Amino acid sequence: MSVPKEHMIPMLDASMKKPMARLRLIDGIYALILFAGAYYAYANYGSAMGYYGSGTLWGTAAGLAFLGWLWPATRTLVAVVAVFALLTLYQYGLYTPGGLAVGRIKLHEIQEGHFFLTYFLSSPAATMWMVTLFALAMPTYFFGLWRRSEFTLKVGSGLVWSGIAMGFIGFFARWRESYLINFDYGHIPVSNLYEVFVVFSVFTSILYLYFERRYKTRALGGFVMAVVTAALGFLMWYQFAQSANTIEPLVPALKSWWMKIHVPANFIGYGSFAISAMVGVAYLLKEKMGGDGSNDRLPSLAVMDDIMYKSIALGFAFFTIATILGAMWAAEAWGGYWSWDPKETWALIVWLNYAAWLHLRLSKGWRGTAMAWWSVGGLLVTTFAFLGVNMFLSGLHSYGKL
Amino acid sequence: MSDSLNSSNPASTRSDAASGGPIRVMQPIGLTKRLLLWLTSMNLAVTLLVFLAIASVIGTVLKQNESFSSYLDVFGPFWFAVFRNLSLFDVYSATWFVAILLFLVASTSSCVIRNAPNFLRDMQSFRLNAQEKSLRAFAHQADMRSELAPEILIPRIQAALKSAGFSNRVKASAHETLISGRKGSINRIGYVLTHLGIIVILLGGLLDSKMQLKLMDMLGMVKVETANIPVSEVPAASKVPVGGLQAFRGTVNIPEHKWGDVVFIGLKDGYVVQELPFKVFVNKFSIEHYDTGMPKSYMSNVTLTNKATGAEITKTIEVNHPVHYMGYNIFQSSFGDGGTKLKMEAWQLGGKAGVAQPIDSAVFDKKNFDFNDQKYRLEFTDFRQYNINPVIGADGLEHQVNYGPSITFKLRNAAGEAIEYQNYFYPVTFKEHQYFLSGVKRSIGGQQQFLYIPADKNGSIKTFMAFLATLTDPSKMQIIAAELIGDAGHATGADAAANAKLTQAASASIAQLVDVFVRQGFPAMQSKIETALADRKLTPEASKQAEQASISVVRSVLERAFLDTLTQLGDKQDFTDKDAKFFDDAMDAISALPAYGSPILVQPVSFEQIQSTGLEVSRAPGAIWVTIGSIMLVLGIFMGFYIHYRRQWILVKPEGLGARLLVAGSDVRKNIDFDRDFALFCGELLAITESKLNLEPSPTESGTPGTPA
Repeated sequence: MSVPKEHMIPMLDASMKKPMARLRLIDGIYALILFAGAYYAYANYGSAMGYYGSGTLWGTAAGLAFLGWLWPATRTLVAVVAVFALLTLYQYGLYTPGGLAVGRIKLHEIQEGHFFLTYFLSSPAATMWMVTLFALAMPTYFFGLWRRSEFTLKVGSGLVWSGIAMGFIGFFARWRESYLINFDYGHIPVSNLYEVFVVFSVFTSILYLYFERRYKTRALGGFVMAVVTAALGFLMWYQFAQSANTIEPLVPALKSWWMKIHVPANFIGYGSFAISAMVGVAYLLKEKMGGDGSNDRLPSLAVMDDIMYKSIALGFAFFTIATILGAMWAAEAWGGYWSWDPKETWALIVWLNYAAWLHLRLSKGWRGTAMAWWSVGGLLVTTFAFLGVNMFLSGLHSYGKL
Repeated sequence: MSDSLNSSNPASTRSDAASGGPIRVMQPIGLTKRLLLWLTSMNLAVTLLVFLAIASVIGTVLKQNESFSSYLDVFGPFWFAVFRNLSLFDVYSATWFVAILLFLVASTSSCVIRNAPNFLRDMQSFRLNAQEKSLRAFAHQADMRSELAPEILIPRIQAALKSAGFSNRVKASAHETLISGRKGSINRIGYVLTHLGIIVILLGGLLDSKMQLKLMDMLGMVKVETANIPVSEVPAASKVPVGGLQAFRGTVNIPEHKWGDVVFIGLKDGYVVQELPFKVFVNKFSIEHYDTGMPKSYMSNVTLTNKATGAEITKTIEVNHPVHYMGYNIFQSSFGDGGTKLKMEAWQLGGKAGVAQPIDSAVFDKKNFDFNDQKYRLEFTDFRQYNINPVIGADGLEHQVNYGPSITFKLRNAAGEAIEYQNYFYPVTFKEHQYFLSGVKRSIGGQQQFLYIPADKNGSIKTFMAFLATLTDPSKMQIIAAELIGDAGHATGADAAANAKLTQAASASIAQLVDVFVRQGFPAMQSKIETALADRKLTPEASKQAEQASISVVRSVLERAFLDTLTQLGDKQDFTDKDAKFFDDAMDAISALPAYGSPILVQPVSFEQIQSTGLEVSRAPGAIWVTIGSIMLVLGIFMGFYIHYRRQWILVKPEGLGARLLVAGSDVRKNIDFDRDFALFCGELLAITESKLNLEPSPTESGTPGTPA
């Protein structure tokens, strides 16, 4: 049989191959639980949701059911996050009569006065846990890579999983806290630079774990977590030097349902692009050190090249959706779906950049070094679109001002 | 943007060969054909994408659609002309930029036109004419040997293909049987959808762009108006009738209780007026605030009247909640003052200081007045009800503090030079003391500086003005100075007359110094003292002492004048620390007055607020196409990335009692997943056909698709 040498790559488990054939009872039960939860929420709070809100609710249940079937580990994550997020809501419920807003100072007192809230469940605590776990993951991964210790690498993955769980717990806690401070302030925490940095860290990590499982290699964890750690470094500076973690009310332009889907879709894109760039760094390093060998720590160049493509493809698909959603939102908020606002224009530039990358790869068959350099460069363009525009250019997207 | 099927990648050329496709013969090609080839070339497509990305950067770095005069200010005449000629001030509707976009449309369309028919044909073909030789040229292939007879093998192979998701066809000939499987051909639809989607989006966007308006301007069908004049005075040549533009985005400001039926569309260095088929009457504009003082929502309650039928409808337009009416979209986009009525007092600073005159006016009104034979004009430009400013509090933290309402106006002199002032209605507290604020801006975009006038214990400006009146009255000042000198002298007898003369001279010169201080500031007074002392040829130390003495005498006189003013106002028994602070602040304010630039202080007293709402009205017939194109694009991208278009061929050749199987496979994307899946499929085939791998070397050595091309 003449199969190219790439068949020596770690094989995926057969379960990944034909998802249809893998539909098990557990998938049904999981979906049922999700829909029961959604139904409970709808029955109790449906009157306050409106058309789009209830659509999002059912869509989330369906989406999570699909994700659980595609990637079973997410079922555990969802369960853990659900339990602790509900516990947080319950804890807050105990101290806030009728679940009504109590104000900033009283909320702080409640958080301080309760052990679990202080050290674990409140959004400041949970977010700090997330930061710590993610920051520990990078050296752990690198240590495991250096010592060729599969156990240490597994610990790295465990840290990332726990960090993601804490990130989500903090996310949901913060969402609730915004309503507890003042009912008018209530909003999903994706509205300013501080909040989206948390989203970026969590999304990049979870997307990385997907690739880690799909390619059965933990060797790239250190590289990807390096970019997450850098983001968290910024987050910590932003929190301590500028008190950016304070929950503020929304400006009128952001008070829209579109924000709930536009921002997360964007960060699936940004996260994927960040992963492809970091894998590109690993690719270039390995190539510099002599390329593929018999006793490699890193995956083969062909595998890393494939991961770059897969993450750029995923990122591109979601970035396209995000940009379209942004345009639809703009049509409702600013009177036109495209105004050549700097943020819009830079989103287009990012999109064009990766479109060119994909054309060269898919149609001209370009691979290897040049494409790795390009995906590293792509992260610079993406970073400018994400941060630089807010820092240096003015425009309609002025929410994330530094 | 041809996809891999017809590209020059070696692996896919092989699959072309497998399909028994035509062999290309080099022939001289015509110009049209060459142009078409170039237009559909991948290099052009990638170049266009990258070029468009780089060109897009310009408009994000250079602020777009500002006034020409401000560009001229920033870049100077030379670069201003260069940039204007390149249309860099409105780069996204520049001809060359639109040309790139159209080029992209042309390139994409040609690719779709060129590739789509092939793709659609290919999707339906099973490529049953593949020959053994071409199958052996595939990167993915395997040779097997089974002891089972072909009649048993063929159904089993078909079953294996089916379970792996391939539909299949069989072609039997005398010596061999070819089974060809295919799956995921919808991937090709993905290609078509993606690229058609882009074309639809771009054309839809073009439909909603300013293209038509620019064309009308070029053909002279409409004239750009640059003057800031009321709608009624705008000439008909600058007006576009209802339906004259297919698509537009325009804005209009309408004060409360007024109506409007046009919008303004910015074009070049001016605007054109688009008429609407309905009237917008603004019932109320309102802003809700959070408890922090931050705005929470902007809302306009409007009544819309269909001009043709007279039908009325009342709606609330809010940010993120536009109103759709008669095929038009109406958005809340800004707000401003709609001509708030103002009552003010004009206090004279020079001349007869301390005298106030009432002024009644309104925002956007102008008032002329004469002062010392100089003509001046007050132009009221804005009223703000809230002025929220970040202030560092006693706790060291930043707090949002509301300074209360303010008016903004320009004071223009006869030469046309203007200074902008922002004066607050009520005193603002700083460190437990209250001040009336007047912000001064000497140039557009310049730094705002503040004049702090201390408020008295009644929160009024009157004490300060009375004090100023005392200081600017020379006769009063002379009396005060004489009193002060008299108090110090206590001379009697013959000296008294001489002394009286001396006192008079001294007090006159002190009063003069005070006058210089009040009208020209402290430095002017200081230099006047210095000039006076210079005549007396003193040693430097003595001169310095004399100067200090003079200044302290002036200060005593000023203090005395202040006390007199307080007594005169009848509210003074003893001099408190508060009064001392007031005096110091008043001194600061008075020494700042010469630089204030206005002979009067306009102190606002009361207002009757009238707001105006800024509405954006648009017609976007292309929006639906952009939406359709977007859906096509997203569907296409997912189909293209996640549906694998694959083929498997199994050539069965009888050999003895059993058969030899030649297995070959291809995947359009050539990713490493196919290496894995091909290996898995071969494994299944080996099992189901009870075969063994034939390890004889095959005629051609396979290449690896994973290496850089």
